[in-house]
Amino acid sequence: MRFKSELKYSEVTPRAAYLNRRQIMAAAAGTGLLAATPAFAQEKVDVSFNGFDTSEKPNSFEEITNYNNFYEFGTGKEDPAANAGQLTTDPWSVEIGGLVDKPGTYDLADVIGGKDIDERIYRFRCVEGWSMVIPWNGFELNQLLAQVGVQPSAKYVRFETLYRPDEMPGQRRAILDWPYVEGLRLDEAMNPLTLMATGLYGEDLPKQNGAPLRLVVPWKYGFKSIKSIVKIDLTAEEPVNTWKDANFREYGFYSNVNPTVNHPRWSQAQERRIGGGVFAKPQETLMFNGYGDWVADMYAGMDLTKFF
Amino acid sequence: MVRPFDVSLDLKAIAMTPNAPPREPVSRRINSALRKVPAWPLYILALIYPAWLFYQAVTGTLGIDPVKELEHTIGLRGLQVLIATLCVTPLRKYTGVNLIRYRRALGLIGFWFIFLHLNVWLFLDVRNVSLILADLVKRPYIIIGMVAFALLVPLALTSNTLSIRKLGRNWRRLHWLAYPATVLGALHFVILVKGWQVEPLVYFAIVLAVLATRISIKRLALRRSG
Repeated sequence: MRFKSELKYSEVTPRAAYLNRRQIMAAAAGTGLLAATPAFAQEKVDVSFNGFDTSEKPNSFEEITNYNNFYEFGTGKEDPAANAGQLTTDPWSVEIGGLVDKPGTYDLADVIGGKDIDERIYRFRCVEGWSMVIPWNGFELNQLLAQVGVQPSAKYVRFETLYRPDEMPGQRRAILDWPYVEGLRLDEAMNPLTLMATGLYGEDLPKQNGAPLRLVVPWKYGFKSIKSIVKIDLTAEEPVNTWKDANFREYGFYSNVNPTVNHPRWSQAQERRIGGGVFAKPQETLMFNGYGDWVADMYAGMDLTKFF
Repeated sequence: MVRPFDVSLDLKAIAMTPNAPPREPVSRRINSALRKVPAWPLYILALIYPAWLFYQAVTGTLGIDPVKELEHTIGLRGLQVLIATLCVTPLRKYTGVNLIRYRRALGLIGFWFIFLHLNVWLFLDVRNVSLILADLVKRPYIIIGMVAFALLVPLALTSNTLSIRKLGRNWRRLHWLAYPATVLGALHFVILVKGWQVEPLVYFAIVLAVLATRISIKRLALRRSG
């Protein structure tokens, strides 16, 4: 029943064209300067989905790869693009353990091998209040979990990012308690939306975006989508994720996109879509980032202001 | 061994030349050189710089997220200029370099940049009256930033010769508010970022250090007069 497009990105938008998009936008913004724009307004969004893909226009490759939060390479948005080049992603292995039937250190080829690599145009909402639309390539995490065999006592999945201060300059400072840790409840991990991304725009995942393997959980704030994964554990206890550990009043375990539960320091009711230019109106933030049809059932009966 | 460009050698030779006039202190030479430099070009720079930033934001050369870049850059410049304004007095006390002629311009430019920062937030970033009002009462970093701005308003309005004359010694009392305003501005920066980032903490430490020099100077003055 899953919809799968026959079209590849390279057929829809040639690489030169999407790289060029910003210059065109810039020119358009320049001519639009004189047009009167009402200052106070919020853009209503009307999202429809084609299979798993949002109908919205994806951000350009340049935007997606030059505006990143990857504190392992520095706290500035351009730091990851500047500093991630030195990261060694080959060889790469992932240690899979805990409550699984086949624990072990898996070579990246064995992690990716035998999976259906899908193309998914997902909405991406950062906890800071900006958003993008990103065409990922990857496989559903449930395929990897099936491969290693989840034991009945497992309730959560815990992920860990590479810790390598030699190549990750941000890790030389205690900005966060390295290595970066994230977690999902098992049903969240099994959800068909939950992707292990290996690429974007049909190309290998750029290092600043979490090469060679990262999680993508589109209905949660971006920091849940942990990058450059080296360790996956199935656990019975809820793992403590890094941002919750850093500040439990501000960041929870679930971190579902929710316009009605504000961050203690800023509102989450609206977001700035990257690429809209300086005069673009903010747009409304959607419950579960628009993915309610897939995920709302998992949280039925839960107080989402308490389990934020 | 004589290294190339070894200026210390030359200076020694000059100093030891018989009948050489006694050398003026560096600070006095800087002061007399500055006497020919007026303050008005600072105001022109303060108009050109934000216009240039805005031009870059509109044409798409100010990074991927031009609104945030504009908001953060002009806010940070405001904080930097305000800190520079507060450094004028300690600089004179400790080094003798006298920049007092530029202090009014610096203070007004700092206020101007913060005013622009506020406007970027209102009209380009949030753009939503109910959210702005909610932020103003609920969000500590917004409240702190707004209080800092509010403290700067009377200072900007009285940064003219007429006000100095009219207010007399109250002018100095009023303008002491520049210290709490800058401390709050730096605090606003520290608490708006995620986690404990280095840059805002460095600015906060600098502001506290400048404040400390003023407190110790005052104490010393009290002790001497008492």
